[in-house]
Amino acid sequence: MQNERWLLPEGIEEMPPAQAERLESLQRRLRDLYRAWGYDLVLTPFIEYLDSLLTGTGSDLELQTFKVTDRMSGRLLGVRADMTPQVARIDAHIHAGSEPNRLCYMGTVLNATPQEHGGSRSPYQVGAELYGHAGIESDAEVLELMVETLRIAGLAGTLHLDLGHVAIFRSLAAQAGLDEACEAQLFEALQRKAVPEIDEMLLQWQLPGDMARMLAALAQLNGGIEVLDEAAVQLAAAAPGVHLALEQLRSIAAHAADLADVALHFDLGELRGYHYHTGLVFAAFVPERGHAIALGGRYDDIGAVFGRSRPATGFSTDLKVLLTLTPAPVRKNRGIFAPYCDDPSLRSEVRTLRAAGERVVCELPGQQGDAVSMACDRILQRAAAGWSVVAL
Amino acid sequence: MSETLTIALSKGRIFKDTLPLLAHAGIVPVDDPETSRKLILDTNQDDVKLVIIRATDVPTYVEYGAADLGVAGKDVLMEHGGEGLYEPLDLKIARCKLMVAGDPNQPQRGGRLRIATKFVNSTRRYYAAQGQQVEIIKLYGSMELAPLVGLADRIVDLVDTGNTLRANGLEPLEHIADISSRLVVNKASMKMKHQRMKRFIAQIAEAVAARNAA
Repeated sequence: MQNERWLLPEGIEEMPPAQAERLESLQRRLRDLYRAWGYDLVLTPFIEYLDSLLTGTGSDLELQTFKVTDRMSGRLLGVRADMTPQVARIDAHIHAGSEPNRLCYMGTVLNATPQEHGGSRSPYQVGAELYGHAGIESDAEVLELMVETLRIAGLAGTLHLDLGHVAIFRSLAAQAGLDEACEAQLFEALQRKAVPEIDEMLLQWQLPGDMARMLAALAQLNGGIEVLDEAAVQLAAAAPGVHLALEQLRSIAAHAADLADVALHFDLGELRGYHYHTGLVFAAFVPERGHAIALGGRYDDIGAVFGRSRPATGFSTDLKVLLTLTPAPVRKNRGIFAPYCDDPSLRSEVRTLRAAGERVVCELPGQQGDAVSMACDRILQRAAAGWSVVAL
Repeated sequence: MSETLTIALSKGRIFKDTLPLLAHAGIVPVDDPETSRKLILDTNQDDVKLVIIRATDVPTYVEYGAADLGVAGKDVLMEHGGEGLYEPLDLKIARCKLMVAGDPNQPQRGGRLRIATKFVNSTRRYYAAQGQQVEIIKLYGSMELAPLVGLADRIVDLVDTGNTLRANGLEPLEHIADISSRLVVNKASMKMKHQRMKRFIAQIAEAVAARNAA
C-alpha cells in the first residue's frame, strides 16, 4: 500500500503545470469569446441537494451522480454531473425578464462512470445556453458558437457536424400508438441502428404497413443533405410534427452552410439525450476521435419544474478532451531570474518588474539550479547604475 | 480526411465465414492470418485494412474507433453491452444458440441455483428477467465440467450441435438467444465516412442476401 499512495481513482486525473496552463489559457480565450457573443458567465454549486440537482432530468443523470449524505440536514447531496440543468434553473429562478437570456459556464463535473470506456470521470465542462427563444435562429447561433469554440481550441481541420431532431421519432411513436414499453424497446434498438431487431419488433407488433415502414426507415435515414429529401418521400404520411422537424433541419443546414470547413451529416435516428431534448440535436466529430467532442440541442421544458418553462438551447464540451486533440505547444522559457542578494534595491527592482507583468523568479539562498533550470530567459545583473535585465 | 476503412475480425470461424462477404465488396486480404504473424493485414485495396484480434475485443476496438467496423458474435455484443455501437446487419454466419444446459436427472438442490458461465452479464440478465436470483460462477472454458464435479448446477454456454454436452451427460434445457455474427460500426465513423460506409454496408447486405438465397 505504502508505495501506491500516489494512485488516483479511476478516471480522475491531475494536471501538472504544462497542462494546467494550457487548460487555463484556453478557458480564458473561451471566456473572451463568450463575452463577445453576449453570454454571461454563471457559477453553479459543485454540490447541492440531490432532489433539486436531478429535477427535470432523465434517469441517466441520476446514475451518473456521486451522492453523499449531508450531516447538517440529513438529506442526500449530489455532486454535479452536468451543469446544464443547474444553469437552466438559474434562468428559470433568478432571471425575471422574458427577453432572451444568454449564459455560459465552465468547471469540473463528476461522473460516477465514464461516458465512454476508459474515459474521464471528471470532465472539465464548458458550455453556453440560450433561453427564451423557440426559433431555429437561436439553435443556429448556439451551433455556430460551438464551432467557434472548437476553432479556438485549435481544431483547424474539417469539423463534422451531425444533426438530428428528436421530434421525428417522438411524433412517429405517438402516431403509431406505441405504449411506453414498446417505445423504449424500439428506442434502444434504434440507438444501435440494429436493423434486424427493429424489423422483427415491428413485425411482431403488427403495425399498419405504412407506420412500420416509416419507423424502420429511421435507422436508414442518415447521410448527407440528400437524406432530408429522402425523408420527405419516405415519411410523407407522417404526422405534421415530423414535417416541421424536417423543415427545421433544412433551415439549420442553410445556416450551417455559412460555416467554413464544416461537413454536415444528418441522422434522423439519432436519439442522444432523448428524454431531455425536445427538438434539434447536434454533435461535432473529428477524425482523430471515435466519439463526439461536443454535444448540444434544444430542451424546451426543463425550466417548468423550477416554476417557469422557457425555450432553451445550448451546447457543452469537455476541455480536457479538446486539449488531447491538439499538439501541446513547446513551452518556451519566459521570465527573469533574480539572483539571491540581500539588497533593498534588488527587491524594489523585482517589485517594479512584477508590477509591469513580468514573471520574476527569485533565487533562494543555497538552492540548486540556475536561471535556465528555473525556466527563465533573462537574468537580473548588478551594474554600475543599479540592477539591469540581461538576456541569457 | 483519410477515408481508410479498418475492419476488426477475429481468427477462425468468423474470419473464414466473413471472407466471402468481403470478397463480394471487392475486398481480399493479401496475407492469411493463420500463417502470417501480422496483426494488421493489408488487402487488395490500399485503403482497407483488416485487424485480427480476439473475438471479445472486437466491440472495444470498434467502440473506441480503433477500427471503423468489425464482425462480432451477438453473444459478445450482449455481454459487452452494445449501446456504444451500431449493429446494422445480421451476417447470418457463425450461428449457434446461447442456452442453459445441465443434467436433467440431477436432483434439485435447495437454495439458489449456481450457474457456471463465461457470459456473466447475459446470464444475470436472463435469470433476472425470469425473476430468479442465482449465483454466477465465472469460468473461462470447459463449462461442461462444472456440473459434473459439483461446481455448479447449470451452465450457460453457446450450443452448436450439442454433442459436447451430450458426451458429458448434459442436455440443453432453456433457450436464451439465437446467436449469429453482426456487422458492428463505430458511431463516429458512420457519421464522418457515411458515403463509404453506407456503400460498404449495402454491398455486404447484398452478399448476405445472395448467400442465403442460394
